[in-house]
Amino acid sequence: MEIDISRLVKLARIELKPEEEVRLAPQLGEVLGYIDKLNELNVDDVEPTAHASPLSNVLRKDELGDSLCRDDVLRNAPESSNGLFVVPKIVE
Amino acid sequence: MTMVHSLTINQLIEKLRGGELTSRQIMEACLNRIDSVDDKLNAFISYDVEDALAQADIADKARSEGQEGPLLGVPVAIKDVIAVKNHPLNCASKILGNYESPYDATVIKKLREAGAIIFGRVNMDEFAMGSSTENSAFGPSRNPWDIDYIPGGSSGGSAVAVSADECIASLGSDTGGSIRQPAALCGCVGLKPTYGRVSRYGLVAFASSLDQIGSFTKDVKDAAIMLQVIAGLDDKDSTSVPEPVPDYTAALSGELKGMRIGLPREYQVDGLDTEVKAATESAVAKLEELGAEVKEISLPHTEYAIATYYIIATAEASANLARFEGVRYGARIYGEDPEEMNCKTRGAGFGDEVKRRIILGTYVLSSGYYDAYYLRAQKVRTLIRQDFLEAFEHVDLIATPTTPTPAFKIGEKAKDPLEMYLSDIFTISCNLAGLCGVSLPCGFSEKGLPIGLQLLGRPFGESDLLRAAHVYQEATDWHTKRPDLD
Repeated sequence: MEIDISRLVKLARIELKPEEEVRLAPQLGEVLGYIDKLNELNVDDVEPTAHASPLSNVLRKDELGDSLCRDDVLRNAPESSNGLFVVPKIVE
Repeated sequence: MTMVHSLTINQLIEKLRGGELTSRQIMEACLNRIDSVDDKLNAFISYDVEDALAQADIADKARSEGQEGPLLGVPVAIKDVIAVKNHPLNCASKILGNYESPYDATVIKKLREAGAIIFGRVNMDEFAMGSSTENSAFGPSRNPWDIDYIPGGSSGGSAVAVSADECIASLGSDTGGSIRQPAALCGCVGLKPTYGRVSRYGLVAFASSLDQIGSFTKDVKDAAIMLQVIAGLDDKDSTSVPEPVPDYTAALSGELKGMRIGLPREYQVDGLDTEVKAATESAVAKLEELGAEVKEISLPHTEYAIATYYIIATAEASANLARFEGVRYGARIYGEDPEEMNCKTRGAGFGDEVKRRIILGTYVLSSGYYDAYYLRAQKVRTLIRQDFLEAFEHVDLIATPTTPTPAFKIGEKAKDPLEMYLSDIFTISCNLAGLCGVSLPCGFSEKGLPIGLQLLGRPFGESDLLRAAHVYQEATDWHTKRPDLD
């Protein structure tokens, strides 16, 4: 099965080298060909399962609790300043 | 004489209580063992000797002051996907750079409360994606029974560390078999609890509806001890379930009389290795001899499990791994604008398997394909789950081989992702259906590689699961075999 890998890597925000595209595209095609197997089944009247947990709508009281210390979190950022994450300029 | 590092949790605790051993001696024994074997095995990505010994001394002091704890002074190694405060966390990927966790996962908090020494980061397939621990940015781990062979994955390091006696127990995570499969291939006990039984807070998410934390141990009794410590409701994980936590150790005693064990007809697949088939069949015969009632069952949608899994797991992964974009943590490669920075950072930071899965997940969720792939897979998931719930009307447990073959050679399947995916056939449905499962040693191939028996239980049926596995171990000695690494 053929896939448009250049469109997908854009959506997935992953830059691939040309040789990576050549390597991954046929592998992905093969896996997609395999998963087409599900088309053998008639699932018209089947409800989807998003998870296998017995729970639904878990709620808790909206109360103030402990949270992580800002400096501890920013310590792992590639770049930060004044308590904020720094990214390249978005708007000129 | 049994070496200190070869002891089980249960044996160690007895010796610690009796004053025969200190936890410092245990920790030193594990560190010495790592020194002598881990160059070959590569189970550990990193470990902090000073920190480990300091924790051991604290445990010894606590014990001398009369304190107790189910794991007081026991070293437990942690898969590199679970957060330990101020320790590195890489998910065996390059993309996290020098990341150090700012907090403890709930399971780590619980282990600490039980007195465990939280020790080392063990190797895995990058972001838990893989079945061989070859997809690690820190190099592959190796099977302690033959270092030319893979240890299984994704929690390969966790399995190797326990089987090679480099630690007493370890934690791993299981999304489609990542605890049970390496446990089978390395010859230790791997327990995947029911989805919701153990909090996932602090586990880096791969596929949130399938991921579950569990343990690697040297026997089933230890698996019960570990589960007792880590199970339970957590207000930090809304998918953890408010089901009471039974006394798992107490549940071990009892007999198998009247327990009904099902053998799925559909698991007699092409490609099931004859030695694996023979070993698991004799394990089932043993269970029968011990009082279990064995009957054939049917799980008609088995052949659709792998396709279903690789749609759902990759879809969830593509969403979960969106957070690694070079802004908040880890490595960053700059670009003209944030989008280019995201693309370059992710292109350089992720390995092949992670890229394949994110791209596949992006595809099955993309506009125009969602219904054909993702929604259809969710519907087939319903059918697979119904198969199991129906089967559990007639049996209490299901017995299968954990894997279709013993460990394969390093590099053998690395170039063929689909071939690798197909090796997960017996473990994957358990996660889709939300069951619990355990793999335990049940024999060896002619080449001397371990073979695992998988038992699957009802949701929250860990007590039955552990009891059957324990009764089997009481009557056999496969779990006492150790690889010769000297």
